[in-house]
Amino acid sequence: MSQGTWAVKKGLAEMLKGGVIMDVTTPEQAKIAEEAGACAVMALERVPADIRAAGGVARMADPTIILRIMDAVTIPVMAKARIGHFVEAQILEGLGVDYIDESEVLTPADDLFHINKNLFTVPFICGCRNLGEALRRIGEGAAMIRTKGEPGTGNIVEAVKHFRQVNGELKRLVNLPEEELMTAAKDMGAPYELVKEVHKTGKLPVVNFAAGGIATPADAALMMQLGVDGVFVGSGIFKSGDPAKRARAIVAATTHYNDPQILAEISKDLGEAMVGIEIHNIKTEERMQDRGW
Amino acid sequence: MKIGVLALQGAFREHIEALKKCKVEAIEIKKSSQLDDIDGLIIPGGESTTIGLLMQQFNLGDKILEKANHGMPILGTCAGMVMLAKDIVDSEQFRLGLMDIIVRRNAFGRQRESFERSLNISALGDEPFKAIFIRAPYIEATSPNVEVLCKLDNEKIIFVKQGNCLAASFHPELTEDIRVHQYFVRLVNKTI
Repeated sequence: MSQGTWAVKKGLAEMLKGGVIMDVTTPEQAKIAEEAGACAVMALERVPADIRAAGGVARMADPTIILRIMDAVTIPVMAKARIGHFVEAQILEGLGVDYIDESEVLTPADDLFHINKNLFTVPFICGCRNLGEALRRIGEGAAMIRTKGEPGTGNIVEAVKHFRQVNGELKRLVNLPEEELMTAAKDMGAPYELVKEVHKTGKLPVVNFAAGGIATPADAALMMQLGVDGVFVGSGIFKSGDPAKRARAIVAATTHYNDPQILAEISKDLGEAMVGIEIHNIKTEERMQDRGW
Repeated sequence: MKIGVLALQGAFREHIEALKKCKVEAIEIKKSSQLDDIDGLIIPGGESTTIGLLMQQFNLGDKILEKANHGMPILGTCAGMVMLAKDIVDSEQFRLGLMDIIVRRNAFGRQRESFERSLNISALGDEPFKAIFIRAPYIEATSPNVEVLCKLDNEKIIFVKQGNCLAASFHPELTEDIRVHQYFVRLVNKTI
């Protein structure tokens, strides 16, 4: 019997596909998310919008909060560690969380290096803005990736930009002649072996979700039509007027993303969406997506 | 022959690929009207609570039960096994209840305890089957009318057949080995 193999790590991500992973900060919110059809929850002390508002250093959540959320639901529970903070990751693995998000939403602990994720039994997910970043994270052992978007904004534009960037580079890579792959790897800052693999298979080697700015069922369906495997909703649910109803609607939209009639039906009367932030109004040094190397 | 794969949430694409390797026409099922012209159905792995909720919300449950009662074969893997069970330990969640089995969810533990392992399953031939278990369920007990196709360590029931229903704790769609799918296709063939 073997645990923590690549197939097992990647396997859980495969099972999350077509689903919605919701940020929660209490066991009660976790229950609401599960009852609304979330395929997993992300256990946090504060949602990204509140982290953004509070400023200061954002760290791994208190283990008590994570454990109480794990007790409250039967679906997988993810938690965030700071970029490069391998001890936070060791603690999260010890708690038994199902996936670790090495996340730019928290304040980075290392300004040069990410966690060596290959050393862990528990699988990792990481954010990316382009193909090189995605393949670097996969090279370090991430078994799932997501767009970074701009967390806590309720503004989908950055997630769209990041997904299109990854996809565009992927298509270009597939069409390159083999002798150009080494230079492509150098230019992207991506591991050569993974560049060769993507060139050959025409797709990313792991599941790719959308994250960072999803606030409505239409946002979720937009990302699904663009080609992501599933969506994260951070602040968008519990910062809205009717979280349970909005959560259900986003779950249904992620399944029926290609059916405008169903999308219209489930988008009705959802109450107030979270208040959004225009990206240009965020100072460069406050942009979470620029964290990660 | 046409086999549908329930495509509400989870690893449905992999099942469609596996069916194509078996040279069978495979379609995604998201709405009840799509159930009309299929000869068999696969309920994939994913989250059983999510799949159950969407099944209710979009009225797929009754139609699946009706077709199953008329003999349509169903294969459930992981969450799909949970959906087929009559009893789920400590859970009131929605299920189809087509098989007389008592299933425990996340029975081996959390993701840390997920594993892969080679199994000897005589129904699939002599060659061992590489099985991947992801936060997998197993069956604690069955009625006598349920045929046990594989037990782990002579104890935990992980692969069963009852009438035209087939359920596995593991994920045959995540490996290249298509023998479970071929076994199911033969089952569907007998009903046409």
